[in-house]
Amino acid sequence: MSTTAETSRAKSGFSLGAGAYQKLLAFASLVLLLIGFSLASPNFMQTANIIAILQATAVNGVLAVGVTLVIITGGIDLSVGTLMTFCAVITGVVLTYWGLPLPLGIVAAIGTGALCGLTSGFFVAKMKIPPFIATLGMMLMLKGLSLVISGTKPIYFNDTPGFTEISRGSLIGAVLPSLPLPNGVLILFLTAFAASYILERTVLGRYTFALGSNEESVRLSGVNVDAWKMGIYALSGGICGIAGLLIASRLNSAQPALGQGYELEAIAAVVIGGTSLSGGRGTILGTLIGALIMAVLTNGLRILSVAQEWQTVVTGAIIIMAVYADMMRRRKMG
Amino acid sequence: MFTRRVLLGAICAAALLAPTMGASAQDKMYIPLISKGFQHQFWQAVKTGADKAAAELGVEVTFEGPDNESMVDRQIDMLAAALAKHPSAIGFAALDSQAAIPLLKQAQEQKIPVIAFDSGVDSDIPLATAATDNVAAAALAADKMAELIGGKGQVAVVVHDQTSRTGIDRRDGFVNRIKEKYPDIEIVTVQYGGGDQLQSTELTKSILQGNPDLAGIFGANEGSAVGVINGVREMGKKDVVVIGYDSGAAQKQAIRDGLMAGAITQNPVGIGYETVKAAVAAAKGEKVEKNIDTGFFWYDKTNIDDPKIAAVLYD
Repeated sequence: MSTTAETSRAKSGFSLGAGAYQKLLAFASLVLLLIGFSLASPNFMQTANIIAILQATAVNGVLAVGVTLVIITGGIDLSVGTLMTFCAVITGVVLTYWGLPLPLGIVAAIGTGALCGLTSGFFVAKMKIPPFIATLGMMLMLKGLSLVISGTKPIYFNDTPGFTEISRGSLIGAVLPSLPLPNGVLILFLTAFAASYILERTVLGRYTFALGSNEESVRLSGVNVDAWKMGIYALSGGICGIAGLLIASRLNSAQPALGQGYELEAIAAVVIGGTSLSGGRGTILGTLIGALIMAVLTNGLRILSVAQEWQTVVTGAIIIMAVYADMMRRRKMG
Repeated sequence: MFTRRVLLGAICAAALLAPTMGASAQDKMYIPLISKGFQHQFWQAVKTGADKAAAELGVEVTFEGPDNESMVDRQIDMLAAALAKHPSAIGFAALDSQAAIPLLKQAQEQKIPVIAFDSGVDSDIPLATAATDNVAAAALAADKMAELIGGKGQVAVVVHDQTSRTGIDRRDGFVNRIKEKYPDIEIVTVQYGGGDQLQSTELTKSILQGNPDLAGIFGANEGSAVGVINGVREMGKKDVVVIGYDSGAAQKQAIRDGLMAGAITQNPVGIGYETVKAAVAAAKGEKVEKNIDTGFFWYDKTNIDDPKIAAVLYD
């Protein structure tokens, strides 16, 4: 057992202990899926398709990274999907309606996300509304506001040259033509790396875990629990803003009706990656692997021409299996 | 626990491998259809038509679409996966044409012909579009309305929305035909209910409240039409002539019960069939017609059980 723990430590780099074993399991499942699909279809393991998979992971992956932070505090955020859309719409207003330069649109997206996250955090920490309800309300408010602000029509970014480059362009491809990795994927990895750093190496990260393990004891030790909690929700919201930029850039438009349902896929990725829904335990790397598993599964089943009804059934079964494996592990260790 | 997980994984991989073993002798032409939806009966009828053409022409067809029509990015992922399979041709009904352009260009570069269907694709990349001529179909509804109300009186229109192609075409098709051919018929109002049954019901009730002499109402899609029937029923206005669009269990029942005079049905089966047929022709390098009209029918109490009509209706 010690060897497996060591291997996972070596692989994960900057996260140790608790989630390592589950992460190895998740990673093993990912590899297994990749091997399985490669053997099953010659069309699967091809550069263009792998890039398509990574690109399909980008938005859900970034959302999942954001919601991981909240879930580790023992909370939940159901508003991430519609918050992403809301940020995209605000970016559309700033860039297309007001004609402001691109950097301001980026700031607007991330700022809007952080502000909305802060609001959710306020509902949860100060008003003591259970996170499930607070963010459910937030999800609906943001969904409605996106439709109101956009006039229920998509906002296009045709007047902002370079906007689609955020997601579709490839900085890496410009340097290494053989590896045309889209920027959206690069942004996913950078976001994940930054979130992981914050979680593992900063005070905010330490409090994130502490809140999820035992909020009361943190409070009793004189920490301003409410402020830290609001900070984590705001950070998570800012990350949703990044997701909003990615999806708007990829579609060259802010689609106001989109977003609901995305929160559940993000949460599924988090759970497959071994983060506990009861809080106090989890890793960003795990979440990233979870999001990749979901994207590989969806893409692979499509490549194999599995009927759509069955794709959904298989995805559901995989979530149950992943969580079951995690539960068994904890029962054994705990 | 690790071993159990590996076991589960192995079973999973085996299950994934199994279906392809049989299908590995793949000389058949392969054509994926990426639709705007999947669960609705309308799309299932399109799929039926596609499968029928596939069986006749000896090609392999798959049919996929996102859960709802807002999921533009999911549709793009489906298109990307379809392209990765190096298909002979692709059938595509764009949710948002602009978002799909990069992938459509990729298809063009790989010399994969694209056939648009239903609302089509706003681009010159598709070689053909298989769709209903909504303007002509709504004009037929106008003719039927005029016939049923005796060529004169007030009518109202309840449309699903004022921005979508189908909403605009059906509204204009109906309104313009009335204006051109029936000077004694007055269109008192055109209202938009989002295709939502409840909202369209409330709309209809207020229209009837405001226009007690109204002779007829046209509901321009399934949700609007069902809303109109509900509104007329709740107001107890038995003599108002209601004409609907598309089918569905509620509309079919209303026609049987005499609450609705009749409705226009598109030919979703024909849309699927013609799309695959055009895709096969394009893949073989044959010339295809740019606009393929898949047809529409008028149905009422007298022909609702006619096999030809019943085949294009859905519940």
